[in-house]
Amino acid sequence: MRAVDAVMECLKAEGVDVVFGLPGGANLPTYDAFVGGGIRHILVRHEAGGGHAAEGYAKATGRVGVAFATSGPGATNLVTPICDAMMDSVPVVFITGQVRTELLGTDGFQEADTIGITMPAVKHSFMIQHPQEIPRAIHEAFHIARTGRPGPVLVDIPQDLSRADIVYEPVTDVRLPGYQPRVEGNQKQIRQAAKAMAAAQRPVIYAGGGVVNANAAEELTEFATCDRFPVTCTLMGLGAFGAPHEQWLGMLGMHGTRAANYAMDEADLICAVGARFDDRITGKLSEFAPRAKFIHIDVDPAEISKNVPAHIPIVGDAKHVLAKLLIEYRAIGADPARLEAWWNRIEGWREKYPLTFEDSADNEIKPQYMVRALYEATGGEAIVTSDVGQHQMWTAQYYDFPEPRRWINSGGLGTMGFGLPAAMGAAVGVPDRLVCCIAGDGSVQMNAQELATCAQNNIPIKVFIMNNGYLGMVRQWQELFWDGRYSHVETGEFPDFVKLAEAYGATGMRFEDKTTLVEDMKRAIATEGPVLVDVRVTREENTYPMIPAGQPAREMVG
Amino acid sequence: MGEPATKEPLSLQELEAAAGLRTGRKHVLSILVENKSGVLTRIAGLFARRGFNIDTLTVGPTDDEHISRVTLTVDGALHPIDQVTKQLHKLINVLKIRDLEPADTVSRELALFKVSADGVQRGELMQIAEIFRGKVVDVTKRAVIIEVTGTTDKIEAFESMVRPFGLIEMMRTGEIAISRGRSET
Repeated sequence: MRAVDAVMECLKAEGVDVVFGLPGGANLPTYDAFVGGGIRHILVRHEAGGGHAAEGYAKATGRVGVAFATSGPGATNLVTPICDAMMDSVPVVFITGQVRTELLGTDGFQEADTIGITMPAVKHSFMIQHPQEIPRAIHEAFHIARTGRPGPVLVDIPQDLSRADIVYEPVTDVRLPGYQPRVEGNQKQIRQAAKAMAAAQRPVIYAGGGVVNANAAEELTEFATCDRFPVTCTLMGLGAFGAPHEQWLGMLGMHGTRAANYAMDEADLICAVGARFDDRITGKLSEFAPRAKFIHIDVDPAEISKNVPAHIPIVGDAKHVLAKLLIEYRAIGADPARLEAWWNRIEGWREKYPLTFEDSADNEIKPQYMVRALYEATGGEAIVTSDVGQHQMWTAQYYDFPEPRRWINSGGLGTMGFGLPAAMGAAVGVPDRLVCCIAGDGSVQMNAQELATCAQNNIPIKVFIMNNGYLGMVRQWQELFWDGRYSHVETGEFPDFVKLAEAYGATGMRFEDKTTLVEDMKRAIATEGPVLVDVRVTREENTYPMIPAGQPAREMVG
Repeated sequence: MGEPATKEPLSLQELEAAAGLRTGRKHVLSILVENKSGVLTRIAGLFARRGFNIDTLTVGPTDDEHISRVTLTVDGALHPIDQVTKQLHKLINVLKIRDLEPADTVSRELALFKVSADGVQRGELMQIAEIFRGKVVDVTKRAVIIEVTGTTDKIEAFESMVRPFGLIEMMRTGEIAISRGRSET
C-alpha cells in the first residue's frame, strides 16, 4: 500500500471525518490519496484559515482537528494556528508535506525547516525519516494531541517517502514511555482540598479552559452547587459554569466583572481548576489575591506553582478530580451558613457595580447592545466565535454562555483573524447548531478569504462585524495610556463589506439601526448559506471595566 | 516517568516555601532521553524559550542504544529548578530526570589546558600538574598540554594555579555525574 493511502487509513481509524487543507507540490501524493480515500476534505483558501478551522472544529466538538499543508510557505502559514493551538491547548494534528529527502538541507524549492520553525510551539512533532514510520507516527500524533493537556502535534512527511510502498498494519497500541499524563489526582491531596474548602470563609472557584477540555462542566457545576461556592471563569472557561446563575460572578481578569475580581482579591481560598494564572487574570502578580491560599487542579504539572505558588497542588484531569472532590466534600458536611457574610459582600459588589453601559439616545448601535441583540436573536443558543479585540471582550461580557464549547475564541495568543475560519470549522463539526461569529472590522480581513470556502461548501456561518472603523482595542489603549495620540488605528470605510460578501458568493447585509437590530439579525440568521453582516456601531466606545495592565484588581477603572 | 509524581501532602508553610524556590546551589540534572534526531534541539530550545540558562551540557550514549543521557548543570540561584524539571518532563522524548543530590553523586569533568612554558617554568608547572594528578599529554618548545580530570572545583583550582604561567587555551567537557550506591542514576 502507498504510504499516503496508509495515512488515510490511519485518519479513518482515528475517527477523523474532515480535513481542512490546501495542496501543493510536496503533498501531491497525499492529495492523490484523498481521491476515493473516504475522508472529507475541505479546500481552504489560505493554510492559516485551514489551521484555525481545525481549531474551531476541535473546540466545538472536543475531537481532534486536522489540517494539511504543503512544504515551505504552506507550512509557514500554519505557524500562527500552531502557536494559537499551543497557547489555548487545542487538540489539532497538522500534517505537512516536505521536499524530497535528497533535497533536504539544500534550500530546495519550497523547502523550509518546518520541524525547526514550529518546534517551540508544538506539543510534539514527528519528522518522518522512513516511510514505514508513518502509520505509527500518525497514531502517536493523535494520541499526544488529545490526551493530557491537549495541544498541536505536527507530522512532516517528505514527498518521496509519502509515495513509497509500505506494509500497512493497523496500529492499535501506542506506547510512549516518556509520555504518561496523570489523570487521577492524588487522593490525599483531594481530601485536603475538600477540608480546606469546607473550612474557607471566603472561597472562590476560578475555572479555566481546562474544565472545557476535560469535559468537566457538569462535575464543576455539581461541586460548586453542592455548597454555595461563588464561581468565576476565565475567558477560555466561559460556559464551563452555565450563565446566568445565582452563583455566577461573571468572567474575571482584565475586562472581568468587579464582583469576580474583588472576590478574588478578598478571597481566603481560591480553587483554580484548569486555569493557569495568566497575566490577564492576575494583573500585578505581587498583589494578586493577597489573602488567599490556593488549591490548583491541573493536568499539566508544570502549570502548578508556575506563576502563583499552590498550597494544595493536584495533578490530574479536572473531570476525575472534581468528581472525587465532590464525594470528599459531601462526606464532610460543611455548613453553608458560614458563607452568608461572604455572599452579602459579593451581593454588595454586584449591586453597586453591575456590568452596564450607557445606551445611545438615538438609533445608534452601541457595541454592547449589539452583543445583547445577538443573544436575543439566537436565544442564547448559538455557538459564538470571535476575533481578538474590543468585540471579543464585549462578547465575553454580554453573551451568557449556558454550556461549554459554545464560546470559541483565541485567548492566549490573541490571534486576529481567528473568528471566521474557526466558525467555519465549528459549523462543519456541529452542523445542526447555529454558528455565529462576532468579528472585528480589523480582524475579519485577516482571514476573510475563507468566505469563499464557506460559499463553495455551503457552510452557513453568520458573521456579524462589529464595525467601528478602528483597530478598536489599540485605539482604546492609545486614548487611555498614550494621551489620545492615535497612531495608525483607523481603518475607515474600507472595504465595503457588503460587496465583499457578494464577491465571495455569500450574502452581504448592513445594519445601522438599533431599534430593528434584533429583527434584522434574525433575518440574517434565517438567510441560507454564509452571511456577512456589516453592523455599524459607535466608533469610540471603550471596553470597561478594566484593570490597567500590570495593576492589581483593586485599581479597576470604568 | 512522564511527569514528576505528586508528593505527599505537606503543610501549607512547607508548600509555600517549596514553590518557586531558588535553591541557591548548582544542580546536576541527569536526563535520559530517547536517542532520536532533534532531541537535543528540543531541550536547548526549551531552555532558551523559558529563559533558563544552561551552565554545562554533555550528551553521550548509555548502555541501551535507543537511549542517550544528557547531563546538564543549572544554577538554582537563578532558576526555580522545580519549574525547569517540570518543563523538561513535558518533552515527549524525555524519559527520566534525576536532580542528583551532591552528597550521593560522583561527578567528573575532563579539562585540557594549554599553558605557555619555557624551559625554566616547565619544571614548576609539571610539579603542579602532578599534585593535581594531571597528565602532561603534549610538550612543545613553548607550551605544554595538561589533562586534568576531577570535580569542577578541582579543575577550577588547577586553572587558577596555571593561569599565571600564561594560559593559552582551555577546554572543558562539562560535568558528567552518576549516583552512588546500587540504584540507577
